[in-house]
Amino acid sequence: MKADHPQAVNEAPIDFSAHTMAEINRVIGLFPEGKQKSAILRILHFVQDEFGWVSVGAMNRVAQILAIEPIEVYEVATFYTMFHLDPVGKNVLEVCRTGPCQLVGSDDLISYIEEKLDIKVGETTKDGMFTLKTVECLGACGYGPMLMCKYQFYERLNKEKVNEMLDAMRAASNS
Amino acid sequence: MSRKLLIEHAEVPGIASFETYRKHGGYASVEKALKTMSPDEVVDEVKKSGLRGRGGAGFPTGMKWSFLAKPEGVERHLVCNADESEPGTFKDRYLMEKLPHLLIEGMITSSYALGARRSYIYIRGEFMYVLRILEKAIAEAYANGMLGKNILGSGYDLDLVVTPGGGAYICGEETALLESLEGKRGNPRMKPPFPAVKGLWGNPTVVNNVESIAAVVPIVNEGGEAYAQIGIERSTGTKLISASGNLVRPGVYEIELGLSVEEFIYGDDYCRGIANGKKLKACIPGGSSVPILPHYLVTKTAAGTDRLMTYESLADGGFASGSMLGSGGFIVFDEDQCIVRNTWNFARFYAHESCGQCSPCREGTGWMEKVLFRLEHGMGTLEDISLLEEINKKIEGNTICPLGDAAAWPVAAAIRHFRDEFEWHVNSPQEAQKRNYGLIQAPLEA
Repeated sequence: MKADHPQAVNEAPIDFSAHTMAEINRVIGLFPEGKQKSAILRILHFVQDEFGWVSVGAMNRVAQILAIEPIEVYEVATFYTMFHLDPVGKNVLEVCRTGPCQLVGSDDLISYIEEKLDIKVGETTKDGMFTLKTVECLGACGYGPMLMCKYQFYERLNKEKVNEMLDAMRAASNS
Repeated sequence: MSRKLLIEHAEVPGIASFETYRKHGGYASVEKALKTMSPDEVVDEVKKSGLRGRGGAGFPTGMKWSFLAKPEGVERHLVCNADESEPGTFKDRYLMEKLPHLLIEGMITSSYALGARRSYIYIRGEFMYVLRILEKAIAEAYANGMLGKNILGSGYDLDLVVTPGGGAYICGEETALLESLEGKRGNPRMKPPFPAVKGLWGNPTVVNNVESIAAVVPIVNEGGEAYAQIGIERSTGTKLISASGNLVRPGVYEIELGLSVEEFIYGDDYCRGIANGKKLKACIPGGSSVPILPHYLVTKTAAGTDRLMTYESLADGGFASGSMLGSGGFIVFDEDQCIVRNTWNFARFYAHESCGQCSPCREGTGWMEKVLFRLEHGMGTLEDISLLEEINKKIEGNTICPLGDAAAWPVAAAIRHFRDEFEWHVNSPQEAQKRNYGLIQAPLEA
């Protein structure tokens, strides 16, 4: 994360795809005149969908689009934990570690994925395929242990399901 | 088996589509309200129903609605709190995913009652797939004349928008939610002014939980008095309970308030008992912020009466021997679970989720996490237990929003009921580190 660097504001804004821009304009249009800033979280999700993470250049571009100061984007992007402010792997595995999931084995799930991918929580595999993170409660407490990847929930996981899931993700990312 | 007013049709194939939902009686409350009732009459029915906020606080919904300021020429808003993030709670997700039109119907009827013409559903960012389901359903509602201009020829206009959060528990607090909805950091606001006077963009605003808004549908259809017939005393109607932890059949259940806790945990229609033939050790009945109950206070109160699933019965005994219904996040612990480990886990959650605005919460939650980590990992002292109690007192009541209290109370309750287990961690540090905490569970051994 470099948004706290004094030079961040000077980092060149990057361009978004036509698809992302169309989506951004659509959601800005959902709010009343003068309240475009309300669309900022949805826009940051779109940016992350396109690039996999949210760079300073991307945040500077969002500031231009919403006609607000860059700091107003940085302060939001750094507050909400879903936004990756550093580059990540193609598949970010976000494992729920909170109480109800822990009761049904999330600690084991985390260790198993660490072992399987040969990385620790917070790291990315050498081939850039997977990043492993732990997150707080995802609202799937009755279906744990679980993880989220690309807004998809993988629930009631066991070793077999994890193996299948990782293979499917690898295949999808290589195709 | 409890009567189902909300999720009866949840598993009907195609119920997420407008057509199927309509065939099953959907949007009847919109027709009834807009064609035959004044907005105040709708508010009166909600008051008569005795409905209490289903997000956790349990404040009477009708009363909350009647506080809404209505100055001339100022826009008002209804905002649906779909930021479901209280650990143990996952009922709103189920409702929205299965029955998106039920929430939309409730939003229209409720917005009409409040005179709101621009309403919003703020959903947690992790539920992006649910947001897409809702967006599709909203488009269908517009296409069928249930949203937009002149709904059903009544002259009433309403625009409804669904928008995501970005991963922050604090945004479930209503003023933090409004900040977030304005595109800012989710720092709770000082109250007063309350949202009913100055809410979204400074306009009078009502913020209600998904389930509360959905409950307005059967209330308007069948009348507030009929709704109030269900349940006991001031706990009227039905409630969605999210059951998790070591249960045979965890999941979302709609119960009539007044069901016994015994029946809910062990009954065939509900959770069917503790998983893997184990015994019940403890239960957190209303989401991670409410006090934990040891097994002997779960199905019976301290006075020996049956504990019921109601606001009053779960709170029976106060903090000494009771808990709260809260959001209905019912978390069950089997005999192998370690209370110290769980208390540390939740303390870590609150430390992670504190917005950092108030020092007692920002610093206190971090301290509690560190002290509990020490205790759990066999590095603690007996003084640490009293230190926790002291930190607790310094957080409680000294913060802008209830997150501080929500972090402090569960720790206090865990020490109150399981002090011996905390002391055991201090006195047997070797064993505390070796002990199997019940982590090796069947699901991972496929």
